[in-house]
Formats: sequence, C-alpha cells, structure tokens
Amino acid sequence: MVEERVRVVRCGGSLLNFRRAVFSADSKYIFCVSGDFIKVYSSTTEECVHVLHGHKNLVSGILLNPNNHLQLYSCSFDGTIKLWDYLDGILIKTFTVGPKLHALFIPPHAEDSVFLTILKEDPDVFQLVSVKLPKSSSQNVEARERTFVLDYVNRSPKCIDFGNEGDYIAAVRDFYLSVYFLKKKKTCNFTLPSTKNKKNARNRFTCVACHPKEDCIASGHMDGKIRLWRNFHDEKQYTYTCLHWHHDMVMDLAFTVSGSSLLSGGRECVLVEWRDGAEKNKEFLPRLGSTIEHISVSPAGDLFCTSHSDNKITVIQRNLDACAVIQGLVKDRSISTGLMVDPKTKALVLNGKPGHLQFYSLQGDKQLYNLDIIQQEYINDDGLIQIELKKAAFSHSGTWLATVEQRQENPSELEMQMKLWVYSKKTQGFSLNTKIAMPHDDHITALCFNNAENYERPMLVTASRDGHFKVWVLADDSDIYKKAIGWTCDFVGSYHKYQATNCCFSEDSSLLAVSFEEIVTVWDSETWELKCTFCQRAGKIRHLCFGRLTCSKFLLGTTENAILCCWNLLSCSLQWSAKLNVSVLEADPYSDHVAAVMQSAAGSDLFVFKPSEPRPLYVQRTISREEVQWGVFVPRDVPESFTSEAHQWLNRSQFYFLTQSQCLLTFSTKSPEEKLTPTSKQLLAEESLPTTPFSLILGKHRQQQDARSSETSENELVQLPLTENIPAINELLHTPAHVLPSASFLCSLFVNSLLLSKETKSAEEVPDEVDMEENKDSDDSDEENDVTEKAQETHNTDLRDDVIHQLSKYEEKELRKFRKVDYSWLAAL
Amino acid sequence: MGEFKVHRVRFFNYVPSGIRCVAYNNQSNRLAVSRTDGTVEIYNLSANYFQEKFFPGHESRATEALCWAEGQRLFSAGLNGEILEYDLQALNIKYALDAFGGPIWSMTASPSGSQLLVGCEDGSVKLFELTPDKIQFARNFDRQKSRILSLSWHPAGTHIAAGSIDYVSVFDVKSGSIVRKMVLDRQHLGVTKSRCIVWGVAFLSDGTVISVDSVGKVQLWDSATGTLVKSHVIANADVQSIAVADQEDSFVVGTAEGTVFHFQLVPVTSSSSEKQWVRTKPFQHHTHDVRTVAHSPTALISGGTDTHLVIRPLMEKVEVKNYDAALRKITFPHRRLISCSKRRQLLLFQFAHHLELWRLGSTVATGKLAERKSSKFLFLGKNGDTLPLSKNADHLLHLKTKKTIGFSFFTHVASSNCQGPENISCSCVSPCGSWIAYSTASRFFLYRVKYERDNISLQRVSKMPAFLRSALHILFSEDSTKLFVASNQGSLHIIHLLEGNFKHLHTFQPQSGTVEAMCLLAVSPDGNWLAASGTSAGVHVYDLNHLKLHCTVPAYNFPVTALAIAPNTNNLVIAHSDQQPLPNDKTMLYNPLPPKNESDVFLRRTAHAFKISKIYKPLLFMDLLDERTLVAVERPLDDIIAQLPPPIKKKKFGT
Repeated sequence: MVEERVRVVRCGGSLLNFRRAVFSADSKYIFCVSGDFIKVYSSTTEECVHVLHGHKNLVSGILLNPNNHLQLYSCSFDGTIKLWDYLDGILIKTFTVGPKLHALFIPPHAEDSVFLTILKEDPDVFQLVSVKLPKSSSQNVEARERTFVLDYVNRSPKCIDFGNEGDYIAAVRDFYLSVYFLKKKKTCNFTLPSTKNKKNARNRFTCVACHPKEDCIASGHMDGKIRLWRNFHDEKQYTYTCLHWHHDMVMDLAFTVSGSSLLSGGRECVLVEWRDGAEKNKEFLPRLGSTIEHISVSPAGDLFCTSHSDNKITVIQRNLDACAVIQGLVKDRSISTGLMVDPKTKALVLNGKPGHLQFYSLQGDKQLYNLDIIQQEYINDDGLIQIELKKAAFSHSGTWLATVEQRQENPSELEMQMKLWVYSKKTQGFSLNTKIAMPHDDHITALCFNNAENYERPMLVTASRDGHFKVWVLADDSDIYKKAIGWTCDFVGSYHKYQATNCCFSEDSSLLAVSFEEIVTVWDSETWELKCTFCQRAGKIRHLCFGRLTCSKFLLGTTENAILCCWNLLSCSLQWSAKLNVSVLEADPYSDHVAAVMQSAAGSDLFVFKPSEPRPLYVQRTISREEVQWGVFVPRDVPESFTSEAHQWLNRSQFYFLTQSQCLLTFSTKSPEEKLTPTSKQLLAEESLPTTPFSLILGKHRQQQDARSSETSENELVQLPLTENIPAINELLHTPAHVLPSASFLCSLFVNSLLLSKETKSAEEVPDEVDMEENKDSDDSDEENDVTEKAQETHNTDLRDDVIHQLSKYEEKELRKFRKVDYSWLAAL
Repeated sequence: MGEFKVHRVRFFNYVPSGIRCVAYNNQSNRLAVSRTDGTVEIYNLSANYFQEKFFPGHESRATEALCWAEGQRLFSAGLNGEILEYDLQALNIKYALDAFGGPIWSMTASPSGSQLLVGCEDGSVKLFELTPDKIQFARNFDRQKSRILSLSWHPAGTHIAAGSIDYVSVFDVKSGSIVRKMVLDRQHLGVTKSRCIVWGVAFLSDGTVISVDSVGKVQLWDSATGTLVKSHVIANADVQSIAVADQEDSFVVGTAEGTVFHFQLVPVTSSSSEKQWVRTKPFQHHTHDVRTVAHSPTALISGGTDTHLVIRPLMEKVEVKNYDAALRKITFPHRRLISCSKRRQLLLFQFAHHLELWRLGSTVATGKLAERKSSKFLFLGKNGDTLPLSKNADHLLHLKTKKTIGFSFFTHVASSNCQGPENISCSCVSPCGSWIAYSTASRFFLYRVKYERDNISLQRVSKMPAFLRSALHILFSEDSTKLFVASNQGSLHIIHLLEGNFKHLHTFQPQSGTVEAMCLLAVSPDGNWLAASGTSAGVHVYDLNHLKLHCTVPAYNFPVTALAIAPNTNNLVIAHSDQQPLPNDKTMLYNPLPPKNESDVFLRRTAHAFKISKIYKPLLFMDLLDERTLVAVERPLDDIIAQLPPPIKKKKFGT
C-alpha cells in the first residue's frame, strides 16, 4: 500500500446550522452546509443521501439555481462558487471569484448574475457585490469581475434579502434598514432610535425578510419586535407595523411562499406563525428544544424547516407539525465529560443537549440518540445555575455507565449525584440502576471502571478533591419485593489528606494508580494495599495512564510543570521522563501506542510513542491552532495495514480530538470521499428516489429475477429487513389469536416469508458465506465480533419472544444466514 | 434669582372630567372637545393648541355627539334628546332643540354642511336642515329596531351608513330607505359575545364602509354588495371610535384598552395601482378608554376617560421637526381655577360644582432644616429644603351650588332656581379675603365672608343687579373695594363694594360692532388701570379714575393667555400662546431681588427676570403672597389617574 501523508481532516460533526437550509423544488431534499461539505438529506426519512464535497473551506451559502431546479449553487470561504447536480452528487462547474465569500444571493430573474457578500476592510466592513457568471463549457471558470452594489452590509445572510422578484434589496445593519432599488439605483435609509436609553439600544436589527408578493419588508430586532415596513419607496412616507411576541431577540424570519404568513423564531424555542401580518392572529409550535437559528421555507410551500443552536434541523409541515429531525453533533455547550467511545455501538459519547449524553455515530455522521442523565426540565434562562453533567465513564464491555452531575450555587453548597446505568439488552438502552447522592464531599476529579469485567465483578473508582478515592462494587441489593443488584462503596482510600486528582486501572485491572497532587500511588486491586508510590516533585499530576499490551508494565504521568514521566512498575523506578507540556494524553486500547498532544504558543503538536522507549514514533506539528481539549482513540471497523513505523499507530484505531472551538478532527491518509460508508455509496448510485434499505428490497426485487451479478462480500454491514410490510407477518398479527393454527405450523410459514427475497438459486451461495463468517469468528477476536454477536443475540431474543419457540438447526442456520446477508447486491440489480 | 419661600400646595383635588367627543374643523383649524360633564372647549390648533373658548357644563346635558356644520357652526347632542348650538362669539348656548327621538347617540353634518343627521335611541335617523340662525326638522329615515350609535355620510352625500347593535345599515338619502344591511360577527377569538355594538362607522368615497365594534374588530365592507372585505382584529376589548383623514389615505381608531391604532392605505407593490389598508402604528398614550378620535391633516387626536387630550403629529406629514412636531398631552383647562387672598393667605379652589376656601399653613422654621413632608402640604424653603409646618393648612369653607349639606366649617345653601346645577364658570376671592364672587352660566353670586377668630360666617349679598347674570371673568381690585366683572355680552362692569352693600359704578360697553366677549382681566396694584382682553382682538386698557378707554394694544397673531400689570412701573405684561422664547436683554424686565454676596458673573447671569424651575409637577397656579413668599398649586397626574375608575386590566409580560 502506498504510504500517504497523514493529514488532519474535519470528520463530520460540523455545524449544520451555520446557514439556512435549502429545500429542493419538490421538497424531497433538504440541503445544508456542513463544514466544507454540503449535505443532501431526504426530508422524509432524515437520511443523508449525498455529501457534496469539493470546497476547500467552509461553505458559506447554498441556493437552488433559479434557472434549473435540479442544480444547486454554493459559495465558500475558499473564494469559489460551485454549481452542483445534487441528484447525482456531481460537481458541474466551479467559478473562481477570489476573495472569501460570506454569503450568496440569487434574485429570481437574474440572468446568470449572483450577489455575494465580501469583506471590504477589516474587521467588520462588508459589501455586497454582484458577479456575472460567464457562460462557458469548461469546468473551471474565472469570474473575477465584481460590480459593487451596497456598502456596509452585515456579514450574516440573514440581514440581506431580495424583494419583489429582485426589484430591491433590503439590508439591515445595527440600527438602520437600507432599501436599494436595483433598477432606479436609489437607496432609501430608515434609522431607528439607537442610543440614549436602554430601551432604544434593543432596537438593533437582527434579520430581514421580504414579502414575496407585496412591497413589505419584515425586520427582526433585539427586543423581540418584528417590524413590517411598507411604503419604503419614500424616506418620508414610510410606515411600519410592530408585531411583538418574542421576549428575546428575533433570530430569523421567513415569509411563506404565498406571503400570507410570516414565520419567526428565537431563543424561546417556539416557531411563531403570524397569519395575515396581524398581531392577534398567530399560531405557535412550541418546545422545539433549543434556540431557532434559521427558518427556511420550501419552494413548494408544504414544508418549513428550522435550524437550531444544538445542531439540529427540524422539518415542519405546513400545519405546524414537526415531522422529521436531522440531528448533528451537538456542540452547544462546554464539553466536560470529554470524549468517550461506547464499547457497544462504537459511538462517540460526550455532553449533548443540557443534561444529556449524546451518542454520535462517526461512521454515519449523525446522532444515534440522547441519553437523559439529569432528567429534569431544562429552563432556558440567563443567570440560572443549572445542574451540569460533569463526568461519565463506560465499563470495559459497555454494560455499565457511570455519570456524575453537580450543581454549585456558591462555594459552600455543592449538590452532587453519581448515577450508574446498566445496559439493557431488551430495550437496547441504558436504564438507571443506582443513584448515589453526594458520593464525595467535594468535586469528583476522575472516575474509571476496571478493565476485566468478563471474569470478575465490575469495579468503579472515583477520585475526589476531598482527599479520598472510593471503590464501588456491584453487590446484591435484593429486598423482599424483588431481586436486584446495586452499587455500594467497598473501600475508601486516602494518602496524607492530599487531593486525589486522577485514577487509572492497569490493563489487567490488578493495579490501580491514583494520583494525589504530586504523588502517584499504586494499589493492589485485590487487597487494596498500597504497593508503591512515585513522586517526582514536578508539580501536580495532570494525566495518568497505563501502557497497553506489551507496554503494560509502564505507567505514564504528566505534570503541571510540563514533565512527562514513565515509570516501570516492575522495578518501581522512573524509566524515563521528557519535558513536554501535555494537554491530552490518551492510550490506544488496541495497541501499545500512546498519543500525547503538546500545547505550545504556536498551536498543538501531536506525539505518538510507545511507553517502552523514550522516542516519538510519529510527530505532527500544529495539528490545530487552538488548544486541543480532548482526544480519544476510536477503533477502526476495518484495520488498516500501514507498515511504516510512523504510520503503524493508525492501523487499529483512529485518533479523534476536539479543539476549543469544538471542531472534531481526526488524522487520515485518505481523502474524505474514500471514507464514505458502503451504504452511502450504494445510495449514491441510486437515482433521485429517497432511497431507504426498505425501498431497495421491495421496490427492486420484483422486476428482477434473473440478472444477478456477483455479490460483493462486504460483510461489515448487516442490514435488518423491515418486518412491517411482509404479508405473512401482517396476516399473523392481524388474525385473532383464537383462530390461529398452532405455532409449530406457523413457524415454517413465517420463516419462509422472511426468506422470500432470496431465490433457490442463491441457496448455493449461502454455505460459503456462513463458512466465511465462521472462519472469521474463530480466527479473530476483535471487537467487530462483539458487534455481530450482540446483534444476533438481541435479534434472537426478539424473535423468540414473538413467535418461535423452537427452531430446527437448519432453520436457525437459515435465519442466521439471513441476518448475515448483505443487501448491497440489490443495488446493483 | 431671589430667594423665596414657596408654599407647595397639593391639596387641590381637582379631577377634570373625561373627554367624550372631539370634532376637528379643517377650515379654522380648531378643535371642539366635549367632556362628560357637558363642558365644551374650543382649542385653536394654529395657536399652539390654546384652549381659547369654553362653555361651562351642565349636569343634565351629557353630550354624546359634537359636530361642526356650515364652516363655523358648532352643534352638540346628548342623552337628554336635545340638539344645542353654541354661539362662539358670545360664548353661550344659542338654543336647544328637542329631536323627539329619545336620547341622541350620534350626530353628523352632511359633507356640504347644510344638513344635520341625528341617530336616536328609538332607532330613528332624523334629518335637519340648517337655516341661518336655527335648524329645522326635515324628515325621518326608515326606523331601525335598535339605537343608532354611529352615523357617517358618503362624501358625495348620496348615502349614509348607520351603525346599530349587531349590524350596519346603509341608507339612501333621497328616499330615506335602507339599501344594505351588513350583519356583524359576534365571535371574538373563538368566544361569542352577547352582542356586537357598532361604535363607529366611516363611509369612504369608493363605497367602502369601515365599522368598529365592541368585539374588537375593524372591518371593511363593500357597501355596493354588502360583503365583508377585510377584518382586522386589533383588541380584546371594544374599539370605540374611528376617524378618517380627508384624503381617505389613513384612518385612526381608538380602543377601550387605551390604544390608538393608525391604518394607512398603502400600495401593494410599487408598480401596481392596487392598494390595501394596513394597520401600521399603535400609540399607547392613554390609560383608559379612548372614547373619541379625530384626524387632522397632520395629527391624530384622541381623548378618553383618562381626561387627556392627546395630539400626536404624524411625522411623515411634518415638514420640519420643531416644537409643533412633538406629542401634546393636554389635561388641565387653560384658565384660572384658583384665586388667592394675599392678606389672609387664603386660596379659593373652583370645582365644577363647588368652591373650597383654604387657609395656608405656616412655619416658624427658617433656613436649612431636615426634610420633612407633611401629608398634604409642603413648604419649601430656600435651596430646596423642606420646612416643617407648625400649622397645617385649614379647610375653611366648602361652598356648594346644590341643596346639600357641606362637610366643613361652614355650609352655604345657594339655591339656584335654574333647572339642575350648572357648572361654575368662574370665581374669585378678594385680596382682603372678605368677598367671594362666582358665576355660573346663568347666575352671578357674591358673598361677604366674616372672620371671628376661628369661626367664619358667610352672607350672600342679595339683589344683584339684573345685568349681572353671567360672567366670564371676575376680578377684585387690590384694595378689595372694586369688583370687575367681564360679562359674555362683551361689556365690563365695575362695582363698588361697601360693607355689606354694593354700588354699580360704570359699564364699559364693547366697541361698536363687536360682540366679542372679554375673558381676561388684570388690574394694576394702585387701582388706576384695568386691562382686558378678548379671545382674538387686542388688549384694552381702561383708566379707572376717569372711567374711560385709555388705549388698545394692537392684536398679535396669537391669543393672549395671561395678563398682569407690574406693581411699581405699571408696565403691562402680556403672555401669548405662541410660547415665544424669553425676551432679550433689552426688555425692561429685571430681577427685582438680586442676590447679595454673589460673584459678578453670577449676578449678571441672574440679572434677568426669567428663570426656569423644573422642580414642580404640573402647576395650576402661582402667585406672590408677599415679597419673599410664593404659593404654587401643583396637581400631579398620578393623583388624577388614581381617582379614575380602574382601566381594563391587561396582562403585562413578565409580571
């Protein structure tokens, strides 16, 4: 394999709410910017259908081509405008304009000219220019000729709108509204009282929208007022109406296609529909979860969508029913839990919505689900001190999850709760097992589970500033009402009343290392004897971690005084130390590599090394200009096979890190296109239909019976068939129980119904596949196995619960095979 | 500025009565305002909104409608079923005519001004023809089932719209028959009300009828088809009034929540000629019901229960932004309600139906003392210190015009043989404090007050001469020996007062040809000169020793608002309503009491007579008691609002 340069790439989780989302003409798709990409979502299934990539910097605006509704224009900070065919995901043309483009506008009847917001002078003077896009057959076109239109505009595209078929431009900035008439080349300015008192200071404009049919401009303001301006052709005769419902600033406004309603949203998380522009005639869609940042309306008029501050897009029907939610990585708040990997789903876990843990699939770049930890209604109010989710940890197999939440109103009053959650196979989710109020007297600084859960009981260690570390074990908690297990405190350790700052189990969980300020103590996890202490007198210990695999005899620690130490646990001595100001220290659980991110004035540098030798295997300078806050190794689905020493650390896991501005970044040698999952590749091949696995199964297989090409044996994706529409099951479920034949009679019928999609011919291929699976099972013990196993298990239980009591060996095998079947071949039919 | 002790009087519990109707006259740029007690006031909008004329009210004459006809003729109608015409020259009521339809709810003059239409309780609409000196009943229109609350003429004069309960009807003027009936919806935001009262209608020249109703809607109807064109829900309470601009490009409505909404006719797009009515700005200048609105070419005028007359200029119609472009709120009458007896330190307060005589409190403290406020009375020393009162103000006298017992030291029964009590139009107490005179619209009263230590007694001087029937202004000379009465025929009577008796000295007749009433008087302290001013002409100065007209000060563009003659120099000082800036340095007005021991610069700065003090609440009266004592009567607006009935409760966000 050709060794490529390793580079830092943005890996999804980008803001979906950076700009307004755009609907396709038939409302089937929603386009939204997502970092350097444009994502095409199906508005009904919430699936990402395409990712359009090609821009080299943030995409700052997207719009449908008014002359061809199957094409999409986009502009970016990289100074180009690109034209896309969004159905096929093809880049048609690239127009190079030059400067950083901040916003894109295309009036409805403009002949191949577009309007752009560019920076005029630093830091905050922007101007609106128009650019003529030359007609040319070549792919890359230069369009550097700019015509100045309007000066001193706001950089946000929400503050500029085109009205009356592009007759005039309404632009707002600070306290004034300017209306520029394109034909007459005349500008009218309207200023609101700005200074003097506090009331006027809230007159500031926040957004603007033009009525599609009438000469009416709606503007939103800081104080929550909406003003409807009319008669703005004359600077004297102008008039406006006020609509006031929002108590905080109006974040965005949009008129419906007919202009009969105005939509507005803000921090109240309520979408307000003003009908007829009348103050008394309004409808609400409340409880949208978080601040509405943008509102867009589909050209067909049947759907709206709102972009929220928690990186979410809600699709709303015309009757104000929310019908779909597209959720990205929530980046609303500070991440105090750090990055974790859920061992069961391989999802990235971190703070999400207030009081929630989010499970985020890095593969699919979408949120799997939110786990409500605090379980209290969140009140969105300034100055309110909220309960915060501070720490979380997964047990080795992912069966247990420990969370710590706290609320501190003043230094003497601390409310803290530790919760332990158990993974329930039945519900496929976490449920609360034990709630411990005030587990420590002071802040918990670290918590960790032991690693060897399989053959031993799980164990949790919490370290706290109160000078203790506590060991919690699972114990019988049965009473006369029910059998139960719960967590209790087993051991409390301390060391000279120093604050416990970090804790860490060795790989085999036989040793526990706890740092007390400057001192590292090592404890035997069987007897809780203090084995040895290390003290380097080099400042407080910041991180602590054990080496893995071949290096498991080493303990690594970093200190505040920028020293990285490595102790040998066999000799109980310092193996080596280095002068490094480490901000993130992470050990790869599947190899013996350790990644350390060093903080310097220029930026953050990455060092990868093995604890056994004091030399870095791989160094990458300035991975980010900002401080790296958290990092984590995420195991790969398919191991890579780099042979060079410098790249070996990328083989089993990928290192993801989060910067201060909450960009999720990773290292990769490949271009992002190659990272796409097989499913999305299939979907790319499909034509315009919003394709789902289900439509693949039912829509296609009836017409084709013959032409079946060789199947690709990609086995990492197991797609479960949807059972709803299979006739046999319907029959089974809709027949009254007392007229049903016996279960054993139904069994074969049921199984056969599931197998309908395969023909007899394919039966020949089945054995190979199963064999292959089995081979894989036997020879490989990586985590992938766990996934499939788990999937089987859960599925089996489900089936058992439903209908089947006993399955013959053959049937079981059939079923098994069925679940292993990859449906990707269907796409190729 | 000199140093003064200031009596800050706040016990004048005067509450103006609520405004019921306003009528704007475009020709003379005057505004007629009627109040719930029947008082009618005329404001001159060109003269800085000065209230130049005033007709005292009458308890049984509650006005419900007010309109101008034939240019300068003013009519009012009320619940007693009478139509009244006012004489704007002589300032009295010309005649009253019963319409014989029960209480009259609405009245409007035809666009030509030659006809008058009234809507009555019994559902009849009656047409009156105007004759040069009276009105003549012409005919009845088709009688409706319920009272006619609002009326409006089509600008062409061919049709009228009449608002009733639950429906609006359109009449043909020629035939007097009903041509359209438009039934209103009683629903309001899903709640059905028991009835829908059409408080106001307006007929536009394109045939559109605008109705405002008790459900809170403003609705536009097509009178040709009788269909609803557009409905604006603007309030949760009644919409009580509507007024349309003459150009028909904007109208204004007032609601019971105190909000005034402006509607404008704006083009839908700049290119098309299609226009639509759009609600534009709300104005919340009132706390209570807005009972009436008017639309002058440059301003929106509204008035209601909270007694304020609010004039809100339309900024887009204002050419230059000056003082005229500011919002005006007029609460108090522009005439004197208080007179002062300097010698006995008495204040006479004039209310609508009674008078109150108060003795001012006194203090023994001088100089700077700790601030202490007495409940009703503040006595302000120099440098703004509040001095404690050693003796509280006394309520001495409560003089009523009704046959009821007063509550104070003294009760006088002033039986008036006229029907029902009339409002007091003017009053005065003599400087010596021993005479009190007051007048209603039809009678004149003079009292002799006797002080015997703490007791006072009052004796009415009977047998007033026949010519003293009503007065517009009463004034006593400085030595309390002469009484000057300006009557509404334009004549000025001088009466010599003796102990318990009086003698008619002289009558200055108005100059030939004019019947204009005099309404302001001023007498010089030495008793030699009397200045008198009417509503528009100049100021006449009379020589009292020779009983003849001395001279006439030429008329100025703006009416006179106050007169005074300086004590030593006998200079006549005239204040006009244009509120011109203070006179320049050449003026002969100098600070009579220059402060001592101050620097030169300070002296020069304070040499001028005019000083502005902004420490007071709305001032109704100010006078010098002696060289170093001032009396100021304040009336805080909050106290008036507190005495009004509670407004419609509205939920305020965040409370």
